[in-house]
Amino acid sequence: MTGTREPILSVRGLEKHFPIKGGGLIKRTVGAVRAVDGLDLDLYPGEVLGLVGESGCGKSTTGRAILNLQPATGGSVVFQGREIVGLGRKAMRPLRRDIQIVFQDPYASLNPRLPVFDIVAEPLIIHGLTKDETELRERVRTLVETVGLNPEHTNRYPAEFSGGQRQRIGIARALALEPKVLVLDEPVSALDVSIQAGVINLLEDLKERLGLSYLFIAHDLSVVRHISDRVAVMYLGKIIEVAPRDALFDAPTHPYTQALLSAIPLPDPRLERSRQRIIITGDVPSPANPPSGCRFRTRCQKFAGELSETQREKCLTVEPPLESRGPAHLSACHYAEATKVL
Amino acid sequence: MTITNNPDAGAPLLAVEDLNVRFPTEDGLVHAVRGVDYSLRSGEVLGIVGESGSGKSVTSLAVMGLLPGSARVTGSVKYRGQELLGLSDRAMSRVRGKGVSMIFQDPMTSLDPVYRVGFQIEETLRTHDKSLSSKAAEARAADLLAMVGIPNAAERVRSYPHEFSGGMRQRVVIAIAMANQPDVIIADEPTTALDVTVQAQILEVLQTALGETGAAMVLITHDLGVVAGIADRVLVMYAGRPVEVGGVEDIYYEPRMPYTLGLLGSLPRLDASTKQRLIPIKGSPPSVVNMPPGCPFAPRCPLHVAECDAVEPALVQVGSGHHAACIRIDEVAAAHGSAAKVFDAGSDDAVLGAEAPADLAAAAGTTDSGAPGDPVGERTDVGAGPATGSLLDPTTTPDGDRR
Repeated sequence: MTGTREPILSVRGLEKHFPIKGGGLIKRTVGAVRAVDGLDLDLYPGEVLGLVGESGCGKSTTGRAILNLQPATGGSVVFQGREIVGLGRKAMRPLRRDIQIVFQDPYASLNPRLPVFDIVAEPLIIHGLTKDETELRERVRTLVETVGLNPEHTNRYPAEFSGGQRQRIGIARALALEPKVLVLDEPVSALDVSIQAGVINLLEDLKERLGLSYLFIAHDLSVVRHISDRVAVMYLGKIIEVAPRDALFDAPTHPYTQALLSAIPLPDPRLERSRQRIIITGDVPSPANPPSGCRFRTRCQKFAGELSETQREKCLTVEPPLESRGPAHLSACHYAEATKVL
Repeated sequence: MTITNNPDAGAPLLAVEDLNVRFPTEDGLVHAVRGVDYSLRSGEVLGIVGESGSGKSVTSLAVMGLLPGSARVTGSVKYRGQELLGLSDRAMSRVRGKGVSMIFQDPMTSLDPVYRVGFQIEETLRTHDKSLSSKAAEARAADLLAMVGIPNAAERVRSYPHEFSGGMRQRVVIAIAMANQPDVIIADEPTTALDVTVQAQILEVLQTALGETGAAMVLITHDLGVVAGIADRVLVMYAGRPVEVGGVEDIYYEPRMPYTLGLLGSLPRLDASTKQRLIPIKGSPPSVVNMPPGCPFAPRCPLHVAECDAVEPALVQVGSGHHAACIRIDEVAAAHGSAAKVFDAGSDDAVLGAEAPADLAAAAGTTDSGAPGDPVGERTDVGAGPATGSLLDPTTTPDGDRR
């Protein structure tokens, strides 16, 4: 897949550093939170790329930097052959037709003072895509129907809808401009499971029907396995492993991916109780001061348990690059080894 | 883990009977908990699962006597035979922490930011043992911190909560909950605010804590994976009531209530290699204000018949220690835990007829003036796909050629 096709979105060395200001009268910059610190990824037309990681690893910041909602501090984002990093608001606007975002919290991302019709119509009006009122009504109606809501209800306000329905409104708004790429930032994590399943099914249907590509950002690996074609795992602002879905889940090579998969409880009592679990120690280090060499070494079960003193030296001093471990399978570990954990 | 057969196994440690909680609001009386019964024996772990608003947290707050004064609580909560409902706050304080203690969801807010963590543990110890010297209390606090896996415990007792990460704070909360060796620990979503790798650590600490103290636990969560790992019995709540209760394997492999079956079917599985379509439950949970008669799940239930709307079904025994509140138990039993046999995978997206997609694709084709190379043709192809409902049929998904 990665061989012949051109990526629709190509990210190279993306950096987003937030300055830390010192105290006192003159606010000097005393350091930086390296939320995204040199990240590469490619999104191909028609694919779902899952981007997973724990809180604070920089996955949401990546999504926002790609859309230029929070301008990147370094690196490059090429979307359909155009460089996005450094573009101003005006220059960015025509590109926004083709790349849209759905936010995590459907209670915060919809304007409570606008009826649903206005929320969905707003992008169409801003981009001047409809000639008259009748056409606008027709398009909003189609959009609302497409996401599985009753078009009779478009004069209602967001407060009258449940969480799952609100998320569908957010999706309708994102689809209004007929984008080619959707960045989905934790689109279902605020929803209850019985509701979540409906929204996931909707996203899958829309992708097939409209030929969309998704960058699906989530912390729930079960959801990511379900929806993604490829999966990238982030740790402290970097991608540490990326692979086709089944390769990643069946034969993860990075110790962090292995620990992450192993930590997720399975809703199956017999299986869950008979599993061998890798439990890593500690918490994610501060992105303001990441460890030298390999960023994961402070929590790595392999570093702590298996490696000899001489092998560890490399982890301490050399940052491991993403290297090929199989077809389209890359991971950033000096001592990567495919292991079955599920 | 099985139910321990100790001498007083006949008398449950904690018995909740017909617990009802009502909150007066402007919209009317909100009947948040509508008749919860459960009993907990020593050493047992009872998982209470349900979606947000199902009344699982309110139930536990009622047991602990922590609801606001406006709440109207009726029924009975007995701890070792002693009735807790109606006890004065002072009398309740003697039970809280010592007999029954609680772990809250959010470790960022359940610790006091202005006191050192050691002090907060010592406070709990000295409330129940006035004769404890401050030196002994500090030593015990350090022991407790060490037990929940905090390194350098002797020094860390002097830290403030903000110096700890989320996982570390939750360890402190657990240390406080077990400080007085309670018989029952009520853990309300103890790992929901944490990352999965930290969740795994905390669940291990909890299990160690239970092992050390021999306490029984009520674990409230919405995560069916967490419950599968550590609960002995499971109680499923819906709209303020238990709708199914039974041994953990019965609930997961042989559920009898359509809601339980639906919940399990709507979960994406981490260990599923084939791409199966998720089975959502249509609609959303009912509001607990002025509930209509009949089964509260009926409007969302694929097995719904007219009889379901007449009267709310009571919990009936469906197996050894397994109860479910449904009049169509036999139909659910026939599914043997496979939600696809009862629920229709397409039901939630019923509004999405075959026309809607074609419409949008057509709209895309006529109005799209995008860049050259825009896959309009591809869109139309997909949109105008063959037969009615084909988009909802997983078997026709052109999935294989992309990998």
